[in-house]
Amino acid sequence: MEAVFAVLVGLFFSAAIYLMLSKFSIRIMLGIAILGNAVNLLLFTAGRITPEVPPIIPQGASTLDLAAANPLPQALILTAIVISFSFLAFLLVLTYRAYQDLKTDDTGEMLAAEPDERPLPPLGY
Amino acid sequence: MAGSTDIPVDLSAALVAAPVPLGHWLVIAPIALCIGLGAILLMLRNRTEWQAWIAIPGLLLLVLIDIALLGKVASEGAVTMVMGRWLPPFGIAFSVDLLGAAMALTAAIVALAAAVYALAEIGTSGRRYGFFPLLMLLLAGVSGAFLTGDVFNLYVWFEVLLISSFGLLILGSEREQIDGALKYAVLNLIATTLFLVSVGYLYAVFGTLNMADIAIKARAGGSTAPMMTLAGLFLLAFGMKAAAFPVNFWLPASYHTPRITVSALFAGLLTKVGVYALIRILVMLLPIERTELGPMITVVAIATMLAGVVGALGSTDIRRLLGYIVISGIGTMLAGVALGGAAGLSGAIFYALHSMVLMTALYLLAGQAARLGGSFSLTALGGLYRRNGWFAGLSLILFFAVSGLPPFSGFWPKVVLVKASLAAGAWWLAAAILLAGFLTTIAFGRVFLLAYWRPAADEGSMAVGPIKWQAGLPLIALTALVVGFGVFPESLLQLTQAAAAGLEQPSAYLHSVFPQTGGAQ
Repeated sequence: MEAVFAVLVGLFFSAAIYLMLSKFSIRIMLGIAILGNAVNLLLFTAGRITPEVPPIIPQGASTLDLAAANPLPQALILTAIVISFSFLAFLLVLTYRAYQDLKTDDTGEMLAAEPDERPLPPLGY
Repeated sequence: MAGSTDIPVDLSAALVAAPVPLGHWLVIAPIALCIGLGAILLMLRNRTEWQAWIAIPGLLLLVLIDIALLGKVASEGAVTMVMGRWLPPFGIAFSVDLLGAAMALTAAIVALAAAVYALAEIGTSGRRYGFFPLLMLLLAGVSGAFLTGDVFNLYVWFEVLLISSFGLLILGSEREQIDGALKYAVLNLIATTLFLVSVGYLYAVFGTLNMADIAIKARAGGSTAPMMTLAGLFLLAFGMKAAAFPVNFWLPASYHTPRITVSALFAGLLTKVGVYALIRILVMLLPIERTELGPMITVVAIATMLAGVVGALGSTDIRRLLGYIVISGIGTMLAGVALGGAAGLSGAIFYALHSMVLMTALYLLAGQAARLGGSFSLTALGGLYRRNGWFAGLSLILFFAVSGLPPFSGFWPKVVLVKASLAAGAWWLAAAILLAGFLTTIAFGRVFLLAYWRPAADEGSMAVGPIKWQAGLPLIALTALVVGFGVFPESLLQLTQAAAAGLEQPSAYLHSVFPQTGGAQ
């Protein structure tokens, strides 16, 4: 089960990196969305995937059953999902605003902050 | 529920039984204060005339709390407080050592200076966009990152400061800001995601997120996991946050776009959080891997120093020039991390503290220079020396300090670092530090020549009033710190040496987290 998920995580990461290498901002956003989910899936897989053994310490024992999934990574994912979701929401608005203001979604043409023609400082006076 | 109550549960194995000593509340106080004030200011967002007068006393209180915390840590050693009284490593611990306390105090001073400066620069519209609430939340993130003792918690604080910095960056929503913010946001988000990946792997290897617990387990060795890959991932993630070459390009793309107060805050706080995290994780948690990565960090440090200063030499806009100087300073700190050892680390920490104060002061100075001269561009600026001699003198002090000339605070960390690299036989690193300092002197010498000595294009056309006290006071205070620690560096040198020793041999830190066993292991 974990091996399948490991391959899936790899696919997610490669898709995310491929999309983020694009120069169009909307594809970069899609890449970031997939990247966030790739990380969540990675953490999830690292905590073992065993739905049949609940992570509850049985009566009389003092430790978890070894086959049980580790609940902590799932708590980490919950935090990470909230954070990546809110960041994605902000970034989507920012991208849309950039598209409106800069009239382009091509990052190669987004030169408002760094114009192509920048003069060198004067050499003397 | 029937029948379950008769099982005896010994809570003392999981909870801290004793009540928290009063002094330990100082550990959490800076974060609680910042978040609380941030929330209050957010509720008062329409009362723009009140906000500054809540935020500035709040920041003054924060400085006092951080002074008390530093004093406590200096006299008693590292202090730990666990949330919810769960015993570490299960509960989230906040552990403060000298490094964290000193960085938090410097951050608070820098933020206070920026908040006072904001009185003059951030008008009603900027306040309506939420400058002061975002400032407090940014500081909550920065203080949290410096004080936490839990790796995942560090990630959460990174996100808190990142989202506040987005808000500050686009204050005003100008075209340049939107453009800069998009690049800043995407690249920083990728960096924190990489950090999260590394945290996941770290947990998979050690089964714990508590820094002290990881430090004990990593020093014990015997792990078959690919630790070098993990350390390399951390280096990439924090290198990106700190704007180290070759992942530094988000900084010159964005730092010149926001209001100058915001630029000053970012230059003083954000990249240094990346350097702090790098020192904390690589030096304290993974010392074996840091030694192995040493040659690579050396190359990165040299490339960062030189790439930064070459960028500065080619910049016409003073704000962009300062952005490149921030990058160059990061390289100097990385040189200390690459060297390791008590001397190298103390040089890096000293330089980080110095750079936080100095870079903020330089950006605020640039704001006033542009106000007096009417432009940020070196082609248009001129005649500042004739316009205000005192201002020119103050500028010269800061320019000497950033170039690393005595008797200002930039001199001493460079002496420590050059001595340490010569002692380690790394003469090329010493040469790079000196070369970067020399080129910085040229860059700022030219700024002084063009903006201060060159006669203004048309004298008297710009009738601007004298510098307002709200702008002058923080500049003078920060410059006084630069001069004070340049003339009397002894106390700060001792502090940074103790902080570096505490990172190399973190037994006091471990003991504060695990009072029974930690110090012995």
